[in-house]
Formats: sequence, structure tokens, C-alpha cells
Amino acid sequence: MSKQKYLVHDLAFCFDCNNCFMACKDEYVGNDWQPYTAPQPRHGHRWVRLLRTVRGQAPRIDVGYLSLMCQQCENCPIVDAGFATRREDGIVLIDQAKAAGHKEIVDMCPYETVYWNDEIDAPQKCTMCAHIIDSGVAPGMPRCVHSCPTEALKYYDVEPEEMAKIVEEEGLEVFHPEYNTNPHVFYKNIYRYTKNFITGAIVDKDSDDCKEGAEVTITGEGVSEKQTTDYFGEFKFDKLDPGTYTISVAGADDVTVTIEKSLNIGEIFVD
Amino acid sequence: MGKLVRKTQMTTGGPVFVYVDEEEDKIVRITPMDLDDDDAASYSIEARGRTFTPPRKTTYTPVTAQFKSMIYSDRRNLYPMKRVDFDPNGNRNEENRGISGYERISWDEALDIVCNEIRRIKREFGPGAMIIEPSSHHLWGTIGYRHSTLFRFMNAVGMTYADHNPDSWEGWHWGATHMYGFTARLGNPEQTDLLEDCLENCEMMVFWSSDPETNNGIYGAFESTIRRRWLKELGVKMVFIDPYYNHTNGLWGGKWFSPQLGTDAALALGIAYTWLTEGTYDKEYVETHAYGFDEWTEYVLGTTDGIPKTTEWAEKETKIPARDIRALAREWAKHKTMLAAGGLGGWGGCCRSPIGMDWARMMVALITMQGMGKPGINIYSTTQGVPVDSDFYFPGYADGGIAGDAQNSAAGAVLAYRMFNGVDSRPLVSHLSTAAGVHMNRMRLPECILNDKTEWWGRGFVGDSVEQQFHHYEYPAPGFSRCQLLYKYGGPHIGTMGQGDRYARMYRTKRLPFVVSQSIWFEGEVPFADIILPACTNFERWDIGEWASNSGYNPDSHNQANHRVITLQKKCIEPLGESMSDYEIFNAICERLHLGDVFSEGKTELGWAKQMFYASDLPKVVTWDKFFEKGYFIVPNDDRAPAAPALRWFAEDREQDTRGWISHFRPADLVDQKGLTTQSGKVEFVSNSLKRFGHYDTDDTERPLMPMYIPSWEGHHTARFQSYPLAVLSPHPRFSFHTQGDGKDSFVNDIEDHRVEVDGFKYWIIRMNPIDAEARGIKNHDLVKAYNERGAVIFAAQVTERVPAGTCHCYESCAEYKPLGDPGHAVDRGGCINILTPARFLSKYATGMATEHCLVEIEKWDRKELEGYEFKPLDKNHGGAEEKDSWNAPVNKLPGATRVAGQFYKDPNCNEMVWTEKAWKFSGHDWKGGKLDE
Repeated sequence: MSKQKYLVHDLAFCFDCNNCFMACKDEYVGNDWQPYTAPQPRHGHRWVRLLRTVRGQAPRIDVGYLSLMCQQCENCPIVDAGFATRREDGIVLIDQAKAAGHKEIVDMCPYETVYWNDEIDAPQKCTMCAHIIDSGVAPGMPRCVHSCPTEALKYYDVEPEEMAKIVEEEGLEVFHPEYNTNPHVFYKNIYRYTKNFITGAIVDKDSDDCKEGAEVTITGEGVSEKQTTDYFGEFKFDKLDPGTYTISVAGADDVTVTIEKSLNIGEIFVD
Repeated sequence: MGKLVRKTQMTTGGPVFVYVDEEEDKIVRITPMDLDDDDAASYSIEARGRTFTPPRKTTYTPVTAQFKSMIYSDRRNLYPMKRVDFDPNGNRNEENRGISGYERISWDEALDIVCNEIRRIKREFGPGAMIIEPSSHHLWGTIGYRHSTLFRFMNAVGMTYADHNPDSWEGWHWGATHMYGFTARLGNPEQTDLLEDCLENCEMMVFWSSDPETNNGIYGAFESTIRRRWLKELGVKMVFIDPYYNHTNGLWGGKWFSPQLGTDAALALGIAYTWLTEGTYDKEYVETHAYGFDEWTEYVLGTTDGIPKTTEWAEKETKIPARDIRALAREWAKHKTMLAAGGLGGWGGCCRSPIGMDWARMMVALITMQGMGKPGINIYSTTQGVPVDSDFYFPGYADGGIAGDAQNSAAGAVLAYRMFNGVDSRPLVSHLSTAAGVHMNRMRLPECILNDKTEWWGRGFVGDSVEQQFHHYEYPAPGFSRCQLLYKYGGPHIGTMGQGDRYARMYRTKRLPFVVSQSIWFEGEVPFADIILPACTNFERWDIGEWASNSGYNPDSHNQANHRVITLQKKCIEPLGESMSDYEIFNAICERLHLGDVFSEGKTELGWAKQMFYASDLPKVVTWDKFFEKGYFIVPNDDRAPAAPALRWFAEDREQDTRGWISHFRPADLVDQKGLTTQSGKVEFVSNSLKRFGHYDTDDTERPLMPMYIPSWEGHHTARFQSYPLAVLSPHPRFSFHTQGDGKDSFVNDIEDHRVEVDGFKYWIIRMNPIDAEARGIKNHDLVKAYNERGAVIFAAQVTERVPAGTCHCYESCAEYKPLGDPGHAVDRGGCINILTPARFLSKYATGMATEHCLVEIEKWDRKELEGYEFKPLDKNHGGAEEKDSWNAPVNKLPGATRVAGQFYKDPNCNEMVWTEKAWKFSGHDWKGGKLDE
């Protein structure tokens, strides 16, 4: 197979700055890039959408952002329905003429990345800036990637075997693998959006000081992990699924909790 | 689409390439800049076995990324307008300001009205009756900026300036200067070469009221983000102290301390107490570098006031567990720690709150206790201090530009002598905005207009000396008439000043007979003007400017960006509609007042830009032609002087070795050119300057001689807390730069963390903890009314764990003011939190704003104010004067009315010969750029 286009988003370096979203609007609102796509409406469309989460409870929290755009799936239902074309390089483009009037296309994408444009009476979505890539003009890559200040977004133009290697080495995952659509957009550190943590602090009962260096373990749901507390006496077990877990530390009773989402269990006082 | 031409521009959020379809006269895309091989090499730092060098690309902020939507916005003022019921020769109906609509008039008519009023007022009232006031952050450039074009106009026609307060320096300015000097930096410490020091030596960073990922230093975009990544990779520990779980904390992780609002000084005292009682501070350093430390120690230990400032005491005030405070204090003392206090080194955050002076002084106290200036120990937030060549001269926006007004800018330091030869080109000054002229304080504009007498101390940006802070001012000034004309540039007061709707009330009275608004957009208080003059953005005019360089009171702020980027800010498209650049508008007025040649010296903006080029060091290294063609220049680091980390000279008791024009600036402030600019030359824990001024023990006890914990006058110890139990933190915004970016139907309004659309209106966001929300029956994105005795504002609630219970968060600087009823009194749904913040100064004699905290109550909005509410003409664009054109096809008609033949550039490369170029030509100076026009 020829070289394919891919995007990778690393959640560890995303902080919701929205440059990707703004650059996308800069590129498409008011500019007509047909036959790739007609102008994007000024408001309402989110060809790049930042999914946002806050995990935990104050003051022990963290945040996660997932940049969601057309996943350029190998098994795209819109392509299957005949309303879009998947190019040899993997980019999926909606065929505006065929798609005109077919509002049902918006609901075909399981990732909800397709938007309806009333003015042209047709659906629209991210084109991976194919018009820029194809013509070789600056900046030579999708605008969202170019505008990203932390390189949380990366663009790859590589053979599938090379990408498979990168996926393996970098520990990349796809969002919603259960959709089975084989996306060309991958995510690193996706647990920051999809998984949970249990956090808390160990306190020395006598001195009422934070206990640094305490050994804390978590067990449950097939997880068994040990951590040493930092100078605030804190531990944080991450990448957990919902379920029941037990936190153990010497000098205190075990704490067993059932979580639906991330939890700050507060302080555990030890002898 | 035609061929795209790449141009260059500069903004408050970074430099950009602008791709323009010249055939269609249309901006197609705006991107960050990729540097090329011809550009100077990037800096490279060797530290801890690694080499650190920044990406060969500039960054920009989301506000800049979406700038095109502000240019092509249906909120643009596209033609001059007159309030429909304003008759300059009859009934002015001042009381209808803010509710009358507008009618389109010609430039001729608009200029006639304005010029006739100027003539009438000068003849009827004498000098000083015309006030002019810009917004804080105009569009970038050394030519078009307020310190430049506006001051030249102000001084040409005889207007007086409404003095700006140092709105982001406040606590450092009015507090910290009395402890460690740095008055010429308004209280911020120097930051020279601290990145290298930090990468080499720093083991821990404490970010205290500092959120670089949100505020970008100031103007620095995301240039410093990579530096924090480097520090993270080096294993440097990070702690964040901020009532809000801020975005820097979110990106890099690290323990979050959320002090109860107004208690940061108590937290600092808990840390100091731990160090003092455990003996973990730098005793030797304090012995030789501090003054009055013993007296302060007695206060901390409680010897003098009976209250030991233990961590348990601090816990009661801050609601932060004592054990966490102790753990922080101990870890800090164990490691070389940089204190990132504020958005730059100093600046922003808590310094803009009622406890700003105490907080800023506490920061100085803590870092002094650990040895400020020693390797790895400083006030440093990573936003400045990159190793660039600060001795290469290019002026910043605050250096006076084409005005050369040394009284109201830093023109007198360097630029005026390089810019003007006094024969072919001259600065323009007037007696009105001088120490003995007329003064009006921006924050007291309504009171100056409405009250018989208003007084305050300190002029505003008081960078000459600390004593200047003590100078007494009153309005009206002796011998001068009261204000008859307010000439306003932009319209942000209501969204940015404490109790912002005071300004709406001011406008709606006969005590203000004439109001001109020269503004790009129809927003904020612009709809209160009698005449609206449509200005254009910097993308529609020429300018020249360096990235992140305000200079003036921040002399080397260019060291925020990883490369010194100097741009020719190219005119990308013709001004939209009949709008004109500020310079062109002022020039048109001056021409009618027979001041045209005096104002312009026959030059266009491009002509002035060329003169600025020759006033800088650029001609030594690049020709005008080459600079003009490429559009930007990266200052090389080849000739850079050896590193001189900030305050190392102080720690090591050497002469100051600061780089750039600030070096040996006002040498008289020092003794033997050593030490700080305080009286003792040391860090004064007991301030000599405040002692000399007096008042600290009588009527200004909120600014004591020492850094102390004074319970906030907008905090939980006040009686108002019973009625308004939620404390709102309202810091500088993330998705607008002051009001720039917000409103204007721009793209940022679609950002989920900026505004929320409910029933067709985009509401500003207030963030509250789930506990507070649940107690009030409020769910995420519900519309809520926040109120106190000052007013009421409608917001969309964001229910989040990013604030603890009892604390709310709401960015300030909303651009929209949308009263649902009588302007100045009715509830606002534009989102101006500043309607609820105090108008009070920091203290009686400290004339700083204190708008970062306010107490409110919040309830779910019953939408009663919407019942029977009819959309007023002002809800429409352009005051209802005319429906919008499609923004995709903006009209580009030439104004025609005032342009003089030959006045404007014939040649895009500007053939105007300016005196500086002549001087270069004949000076025999070693001019590396050497190529001359002929």
C-alpha cells in the first residue's frame, strides 16, 4: 500500500488552548476549497472538537482533553453508503454532490464528527487539509497540527508498516476501538480522558505531618500496584476502570472503595 | 482563488504570516511563522548534560489564531456614525446615550462636527477641557500604538490624557517597590538570563498566582511552554498556588494549593514561620542583604502582636491543611527553588486583588529568605530570561514612537534621541499631560466627570520614583476648566474597570457634553458615543514592531520570545468599508485644524515605519530593501554579551550588570552603582520610603511598613460575607486579550471554555464547585445571576472541581455590555464580572485597582428581566444604522473624503527619504547593511 496520512494526539501535552479549533476555522470559514469542501459556516461546526474532562475532587484533580476530528477510518460507514470517497492515501472526503440533501449522513459517523451545512444543504467534516497537502503549499500539513504549540498533535505521512511500528513503540491507541472502524487517528495517553484514578494522602498520626516514602498498594479488578508517597504524602493510582479497589498501607486499616469515576479518598492516618 | 502572497504582521499574541489573495483583496489564512535557514541561529543552552534549543517556529495564541474573524466581523464600524438624537447645535440628549441608535454620516460631516467642537471648546473653556483615553492594549506596532500616534495627536491638538493605572503590576508597583526598588520596572524584578540559570540549577518551582499557559507572560504566546517541558523532563518539582486549578497546573501536574481568596499572605507567613523556627533560611544572606529583618521576624513569630503565624494559624485563614504548608516549606528550603510569582517575574494574578501589595511583598520576603539571586534561586516564572542579545536596540511600543512624549512614555530614555534630529523631524509635546498639567485617573473617570472634586495620589504608571507615588492630584486641576469632550479610543471600560457600569452612568449625563469614540468594533461602551469614527485593524495598515516588546517599564520584555522577531507589519488589505487607520483619522482632523504638516511631517505610516527602522540597530545588519521584502528579521545572538543572571550582582555584592538600555539608567538612584534602589540598598522588610511618607500608622494602615497579613477588605472577615458568601476570582482572561478577541462575533466565542450558547445568546462563564452549585439548585450550563450590592450579571454556570467550595472563577475583560434595561443600572448579560468588582483603590494612598476578587451571591436565573424585553437598536450591529454586508465579501471602498493627493504612498516600498536614512548615509558609520537606495 502507498504512504498513508495519519494524525496522532498526545493527551499529555494538550491543555485545551484551542489553537487547533481556531486554525481550522481560519482555514475553512470564508474560504472555498472546493472540490475538497465548501466554506464552513462561521459558527456551529466543530471539525476539531475538544472533549474535556476533570478527574477527581478538589484539591486532588487533573484534567484531560481529547482532540476529536474525523478519524479517517478505513471502514467508514459514509464511504460504505456511497456518500464519500476514501483516497489511496487514506483521507476520506465527502462527495458533496452525492451527499446533498442527505441529512442522515450526519448520524452515520459513530464519532459524531460530521456537521450539516444548511447553506450548501450538505454535510461537512475535517478534510485533513487535503487541499494544502496536495498542493504542497505552506504550511504543508493540516492547520490544526501546525498551530499546536506543544506538538501534542502530529501528522504522519508514512507506509502502514511504519505507522504500525510507531503505534507499537509509542503505545498509541484508538478512541472507541469497539467501533471497529480502523481509524487513521491515534491517541497517546488516552487514559487521561477514558480512565480513572484513586488518589489520597498518608498522614503520620503523631506528628500530623505528611508521610513521605510510605508504601501504598492497590488491589482489585485485576490490578495490583505499589507506590511510594511523595513529600506531600500523596499517591495516585491511575488507568483504573470502574470497580472495587482496596488501598492498603502499613499502620492503618485497608480502605475499600467502589468507583464509577476518579476519586480523591482524602487522608489516611497511620501510626 | 488567486495566487496567495505571504505578508507579515505582529499581534499581542505573536507574529504571523498572512496569506493574502491580492486580486480579491482578501486575507485567506493566518499562521505562525516557520523560520528559514537564512534566519539567525536559535539560542542553545548546555545544562545538566543536555542541549536545549527552541523550535525554529513561532507560536501564537488562540486569540491571534482567530484574528481573521475579528477583521471580517459584522461588528466592525464601517462608516462614520452619529447618534440619531445628537445635535451639536441643538439638543444633545446626553441622557439617551446607550439607547439611541445611530445614523450613517459622511467623513466630511463627522470631521466637521469633531473639529468644530474642538475649536468651540478651546475658545469657550480654554486649555485642558478635552480628555483623550485609549484602551490598555491597542493593536501592535511602534507607529500605530497609543504611545505613538495617539500621543502625537493628543499633543498636537491639545488634549489631556486620562492616566492609566499599571493595571497588571498593581501590588508590585504600589507595594513591592517600597521593599526592593525596581521602580523603573514598576516593581517587577529583572529576569535577564534566568532560563540558563534555571535549567542548570533549579530543583523546584513554586508557581504562585502564575499561569503562563493562560497569560503567556504578556504577549509571549506559548514561547515558554517548551521551557516548562524541559524542566519537567529534568525532574524539576512543581507546585501551584492558585485558587483556581489553572491551565499550567493542568498541563504539567504538581500539587495544587487553593488558598481561600485573600489569604495568600497568610500562607506565605506560615511558610516563613516554618523556616524561621526550623532555621531553614539563608541567614548569612539575610544578614547582609536585608534591612529590618529582625523587626519582621518578631511580627512573624508573634512577639509583637501576640499571634504566632504558625501553619495552624495559616490553615484557619487559607483553609489549606497545616501539614501541607509545612511539607511545602520544608521541601522548598531543601532545594534550589525558583518562585514563579505572577505571570512574568512579578506582574498579574494576585497583585491585582485587594491584598495585592501584601502578596507581592510576601513574595519578595520569601525569596529573600532563601537567597534571591543565587544560582537557581530567584523570582522567575520561565516566561522571560531567554539568552537573546538585549544590547541590540529596537524600541518597544512604550518608547514613545512617533510622538517622542517623554512625560507619558519612555521616549526620554533612548528613542527620542535616535528618532528625531529636531530639524527635519521633531517630537510633539504639550504642557497639558505633564506633572503641572491636567490629570484624570482612568479609574476615577466617572467621579471626575460627575463629582465636584476628586482626589488621588500617584499619577498612574509611576515609574520615575517611589516618591512620585505620593504626589497628590485633584480634579478639576487648578486653573483649568472641567472636561467638555471625551475622545475615547476603543470601548473596554465596562468590562475591565472595577464597578464597570459606573462608566455607563457617567455617559448618560449632561456633565459630559461631547463624546467621540474612535473604534474598530461596535462593542462595550462604544454605543455611548455621540460620534463614532471607524478605525481599522493593524492588518489594514503599515507598522513596524518587535514581538513581545513593550520596553518602557518592561525594558527587556523581548526576552519572552525564543527569538527576537522584528516585523515590518505589512498592510495586508485595504481598510474595510470607510474605516481608516488611527493615524489617517488623526491626520484628517489635524489637517482641518491646520496642523496637518505638524502632525504628519508629510509622512505616511510607512514613512514613519522606515524612520523607526533607521532609529534602531537594524540598519547595521540588514538593508531596508531586504527587510521590506522579507517582512521580518531575527536578531542574531552572535555578538551577545556573556550571561548575567538577574540579581546575581546583588547576591554577590557587585555593580549592576543588567543588559540593554536599562543598564545604568538613572545611575543617581544608586550608591557606588551597587545595591537596590531602596534607601538602604537592601531588601527592606521595614520600608524607609513608606516611613518617610508617613500615613502608615494613621490613615493608610492597609499599607504598613512591613509585609503583613491584613485581612482582605473584600474577604471572609467582612460583614458583607454574610450576604455574599461566594468569593469570585477574576483574573486576566484566557481566550481574549483584555477585551480583544471576545465579542465581535469572533471564533473564540465558539470555544467551550469561553462562552456558552443558550437560546441563541452566548453567555460568559462563571465556574463554581459542585457543592455550591447543588446548594443553589444549579446544574452545568444553567444560566445564573451573580450579584452583590454593586449590580447583577448573568452568566452560564460551569460546575467544576477546578475551584473548591466557596470559591468561584470568572475571567475579567468581557467585551460585551448588554444591559437588559436601563444602561448603568440594569442586569448585564454580556458577562462583565467587573460590574461586581470593587472600584476601590488598593488603599487610600495606593492608587491601584483591586478587581481580582469580589464577593457575590449566585442564584439560578429566572429570566424575569427577559420578560417583555425588546431588542433595542443597539442589539443590532452598527447601532442599527445599516444591516451588515456579508462578511465574506466585505466592501473595500476608498474613503475619499479626506485623502490628499500625494499624501499616501505611491510606491509600496515607500520612497520617502527620512532624515535618519540621510544621517546614516553621510555619517560614515560602519553600516553592515550598507546598501543604499541609489
